[in-house]
Amino acid sequence: MSKKVAFLQGNEAASYGALYAGCNFFAGYPITPSTEVAEVMSVELPKIGGKFIQMEDEIAASAAMMGAALAGFKTLDSTSGPGLSLKQELIGMACISEIPCVIYNVMRGGPSTGMPTGPSQSDVMCAKWGTHGDHPAICLVPSTVQETYEEMIRAFNLSEKYRTPVLVMPDEIVAHMRERVVFPEPGEIAIEPRRTPTVPPEQYKPYDTSFGDVPPLAAFGTGYKFHVTSLNKGQDGFPTTKAEWVQAEEERQVRKVEANADDIIEFEEFQLDDAEVVIVAYGSTSRSARYAVNEARKQGIKAGMFRLKTFWPFPYKQLTALTGRIKGFITPEMNLGMCHGEVERAAQGKVPVMGIFRVDGEPINPDQILDKIKEVK
Amino acid sequence: MAFDYEKYIRPGKLPHIWCPGCGHGIVMKGLIRAMDSLKLDMAQTAIVSGIGCASRLPGYMDCCTLHTAHGRAAAFATGVKLAKPEMNVILVGGDGDGTAIGGNHFIHACRRNIDMTYIILNNKIYGMTGGQFSPTTPTGAKASTTPYGNPDPCFDIAKLAIGAGATFVARGTSFHANQIDKLIAEAIQHKGFSVVEIMDDCPTTYGRRNKFKSVIEMMNHLKEIAVPVKAAEKMTAEQLQGKVLTGVLYKDETKTEYTAEYAKVIERAKAAK
Amino acid sequence: MEKKLPKIEIIEKYCKGCHICVEFCPTKVLEMQGFVAAVKNLEACIKCMQCELRCPDFAIKVITE
Ligand SMILES: Cc1ncc(C[n+]2csc(CCOP(=O)(O)OP(=O)(O)O)c2C)c(N)n1
Ligand code: SF4
Ligand code: SF4
Ligand code: SF4
Ligand SMILES: [Mg+2]
Repeated sequence: MSKKVAFLQGNEAASYGALYAGCNFFAGYPITPSTEVAEVMSVELPKIGGKFIQMEDEIAASAAMMGAALAGFKTLDSTSGPGLSLKQELIGMACISEIPCVIYNVMRGGPSTGMPTGPSQSDVMCAKWGTHGDHPAICLVPSTVQETYEEMIRAFNLSEKYRTPVLVMPDEIVAHMRERVVFPEPGEIAIEPRRTPTVPPEQYKPYDTSFGDVPPLAAFGTGYKFHVTSLNKGQDGFPTTKAEWVQAEEERQVRKVEANADDIIEFEEFQLDDAEVVIVAYGSTSRSARYAVNEARKQGIKAGMFRLKTFWPFPYKQLTALTGRIKGFITPEMNLGMCHGEVERAAQGKVPVMGIFRVDGEPINPDQILDKIKEVK
Repeated sequence: MAFDYEKYIRPGKLPHIWCPGCGHGIVMKGLIRAMDSLKLDMAQTAIVSGIGCASRLPGYMDCCTLHTAHGRAAAFATGVKLAKPEMNVILVGGDGDGTAIGGNHFIHACRRNIDMTYIILNNKIYGMTGGQFSPTTPTGAKASTTPYGNPDPCFDIAKLAIGAGATFVARGTSFHANQIDKLIAEAIQHKGFSVVEIMDDCPTTYGRRNKFKSVIEMMNHLKEIAVPVKAAEKMTAEQLQGKVLTGVLYKDETKTEYTAEYAKVIERAKAAK
Repeated sequence: MEKKLPKIEIIEKYCKGCHICVEFCPTKVLEMQGFVAAVKNLEACIKCMQCELRCPDFAIKVITE
């Protein structure tokens, strides 16, 4: 039997990916260029008995999503730049209270209202550093419509596996382009279920580390009475200022993601084996980069691409490993050097890192990248 | 017989953090008596709050409790209720939390008429942060940020709730302690968004600045200004000057409730499939 | 007719000494002893439960039959 195929827009694919992953609750607030997700979810969720709600603002949307997540639902919220800024306080709460949920953020021109219909990649730092305090961050950056579908499934799986919010952040080009999507069969991609407690309600503690760095999460209304707070808490979920507990909990929250970076980080190596010039790219920019690599190869230059699928945690280790045998990195991106700075950290001064930055609402074209490749000596 | 409050309180959580004489404890007792009178299943009850002294209340209660970010309780609670309409969802919080930073979520919860009960502990001040003025601080009153008297006019929470579409609105005071449970119980039983404003006191940050010698004076002041709605009907506008109405101020049982309306959306979507 | 007196229990570790019970007792049964409430005159108690109802700190129980 041949698989089901459809011609979809990135945002539509994201919605269907979420549904495949078991998403049964959506809360959002309309914003270009992500609104199609809300529209698709408003159609599809009630058909399966799921819930859709359009809230009064982006903060409310995240709040409703997190409330539903604590009631046992798999929840999604979609937004774009200005909305992502508004959500930051609650993203921090989702991290500290360890509430699994997925936030889909389409990157448009910024800061502020910026260029609502223009593409950008300038939210990647906000995805990690937007909320105050130390916290874990997982952020996926798909570059095709098919990948957007699949990365949504992976995002839901990671959010359950690590009990933490996960951001999926295509740029506007990926979110609005139309491509063929081949749907997986039901059951073909494994779905991570919520890890619920095995102990009886009297013994349950919502942050019980005797079950490891990712403690099971009960759902409201299932017999478990427990407390969730945005304050620093102990393993029992109640607020504490006890120094050693606070330190231990914060370290665990960050560690559960950082120590599992190898499980979370995914990337594509394109023509990398003998590459002397390595382009580090993500999202739609990687499509231009792929073209540029092929062109360079035709002209006898050994270029390759390291394409990020996971932006956070960042693949420092993998990039550092390349420094011994390459002449330099090139970082094309639709911002003023966000990934660039991280690649510089990975390069540790051993090889040059050359940026191509655009914030004029235009995509980076292959010729720009090709010209830069030729500059690497 | 003495009332067994501790049956509803998590073991080892008392004494609570509130200051001597703080009205929030009196309201919490009223909530417990209301829950007891309705025999609510604690495991099927969620209490949701924002941030502030009042918002610390859920942590003491032995049910599903959620202490969120400042002002966001109504939005979190909406998510819980829409996900699980069979649960009892109760919100608690202060005047600042609910009507300043959370004002938008408050009016929209009213508008949706979602079946939850919002208990606002109105002490007319930002207690937790040391007594800055709130949207309910009387004009002219002293707060840490209104040293020359408050220039702001204030909200009437009940009118705000009615105007925004809540279908049950009541007001009580911490002086009239034995009425609190009855108002809250009636609100919980009401199918729709219900708001119960309890006027209480923050002796620590409001009282002293505003020349109340003790919390007793503050409670007696609540007694003086409170007029039951029935009694108010026979009073002149002049007599009602400076008074606040107490009791059930508004009730509408005709408007459809949000989760019931959403259940119809699901039916229509499934039929169209 | 013999009057049956209640038992008034004051949980000292909960009491914060706010005076509310003392001031609102209609028959002046209670008093402050240092920072905590105490029973001064149990005979006068009319079992109205006002003190138990009003105590913000869950510190008073009026135990009647
Ligand atoms: C986003 C944010 N802004 C400000 C604060 C500081 N803050 C904490 S509680 C509070 C006011 C609480 O007042 P109210 O809701 O009336 O409760 P009360 O303490 O009086 O019971 C403020 C301003 C905060 N915690 N979070
Ligand atoms: S500061 Fe005011 S509101 Fe807060 S606990 Fe003390 S008396 Fe109550
Ligand atoms: S029950 Fe009434 S009379 Fe007796 S001590 Fe309490 S307040 Fe006073
Ligand atoms: S009302 Fe309660 S806290 Fe206040 S003095 Fe009496 S027993 Fe103590
Ligand atoms: Mg207040």
